[in-house]
Amino acid sequence: MTAIVSAENLTVAYDDFLALDAVSIDVAPGESFGLVGESGSGKSTLLRAVAGLSPVASGRIMLDGKPLDAKRRDKAFYRQVQMVFQDPYGSLHPRQTVDRLLQEPLAVHGIAGAEKRILRALDEVGLGSSFRFRYSHQLSGGQRQRIAIARALIIEPQIMLLDEPTSALDASVQAEVLNLLEQVRRDRKLTYIMVSHDLGVVTHMCERLAVMKGGKVVERLSSADLVAGRLKEDYTKNLMVASKGFVRAASMA
Amino acid sequence: MSTMLTVDDLRVSFPTRTGVIEAVRGVSFTLGRERLGIVGESGSGKSQTGRAIMGLTPAHAKISAKTLNFDGIDLLTAPPKVRRNLRGSRVAMILQDPKYSLNPVMSIGRQIVETLRTHENVSKREARDRAIAMLEAVQIRDAGRVFDLHPHEVSGGMGQRAMIAMMLIAGPELLVADEPTSALDVTVQLEVLGILDKLVAERGMGLIFISHDLRLVSSFCDRVIVMYAGKIVEELAASDLGNAKHPYTQGLLNCMPTLGTDRHPLPVLDRQPEWAL
Repeated sequence: MTAIVSAENLTVAYDDFLALDAVSIDVAPGESFGLVGESGSGKSTLLRAVAGLSPVASGRIMLDGKPLDAKRRDKAFYRQVQMVFQDPYGSLHPRQTVDRLLQEPLAVHGIAGAEKRILRALDEVGLGSSFRFRYSHQLSGGQRQRIAIARALIIEPQIMLLDEPTSALDASVQAEVLNLLEQVRRDRKLTYIMVSHDLGVVTHMCERLAVMKGGKVVERLSSADLVAGRLKEDYTKNLMVASKGFVRAASMA
Repeated sequence: MSTMLTVDDLRVSFPTRTGVIEAVRGVSFTLGRERLGIVGESGSGKSQTGRAIMGLTPAHAKISAKTLNFDGIDLLTAPPKVRRNLRGSRVAMILQDPKYSLNPVMSIGRQIVETLRTHENVSKREARDRAIAMLEAVQIRDAGRVFDLHPHEVSGGMGQRAMIAMMLIAGPELLVADEPTSALDVTVQLEVLGILDKLVAERGMGLIFISHDLRLVSSFCDRVIVMYAGKIVEELAASDLGNAKHPYTQGLLNCMPTLGTDRHPLPVLDRQPEWAL
């Protein structure tokens, strides 16, 4: 398998604390890869390390077979890799209109034809051109997350890093955003790396996933294995139980 | 089962510059010593219903009801002093995010003791002992140490347990839990729910559990009210969820991706304008 993104023995340290402890993953082109685990397991840190937002202590990240610089990422990298963050309330500039928000990446990368691209991007995420001159506070959580996705897609990246893209949304809106993400991936043949604590969401979106705990990958498996219950680690089994919801009998222990 | 809380035709509206926003539009239900779930999307008025019962509606909002009665006390006409005495001692509320709803500059123990000493005349010594006992009841190990910690020094799950301890220490009869576990990890979520479930059962409290997760609520409650656009669209027994009639309830049930079902794309809610009428 030729990986489009891979991490080799990646370690991220904050002082003495190892947020990531020699983690390796490989993501194939066109694949959707999931990272699951509880808070503090390092799943977001891994994603941020790929995006160049975490201080990498050792190990390396390869993109298209070429190692990336540990500290700096060039423009070409961001042209290829874009990230969508968890909180749609925090990731959009409150004083900028949607139009301004979507122009920014185009200006940064010197891409011409902003007018047409903005309209197409809005259309693609299911918001009409009437949303173009609104501010983010005039939008609902689901609409904001669509704008965040549009902003990532507008420069036509190949790889999307999704950090809990739906965990701040209502269940009903989550379904709409997940469908949107699946559709753009199909249309544009994108590669996804997706972080979530919800096993249901990850198995729905991803073919393969890695379960993380305490900065390490404890288990790698395919979604089919997970659904069939072919699990090796107790920790994954716990997550599996938790995702099935509250059961009164279990709580009486 | 005796009725503890009666809500009849509750309405909450917010006057704004661009017109009146009606958040709750005629909600009616009764509650005994049972677990009632209120489910709906953001903006459906579920939290405002809970807040109206607590008396935490913002001052500029207009609130009206035919009846809003807690154990013989008319909550709408009760003077502020009566409501203050009720809040915390007989009705209590657990909020969503412990990061924002605990006082960051007070130790956890002092916050719990404050609640207790506001409502009961107990010595400092006894208050401390009872607070530690309560922290132990919410399964915090090493409660004596946690008593002196500040909220930023504990994890989200532990903060939420501390908040539950704070809300239960004065022995309320009615507990309103507004998304008590939404800010927590899946694994911690179940632990906190288990603790809440056990304490509510042991103490025979009435519980109003507000959430947007229909499946979670139905596994936790006896009865579920589904709200849409400020109104109740359906009320059913939790065990009866499979027979939900309203398309909105069915939509909420079906839109979650679950393990072992392969549905691409996921079914989404097809909102009908007549639901909001």
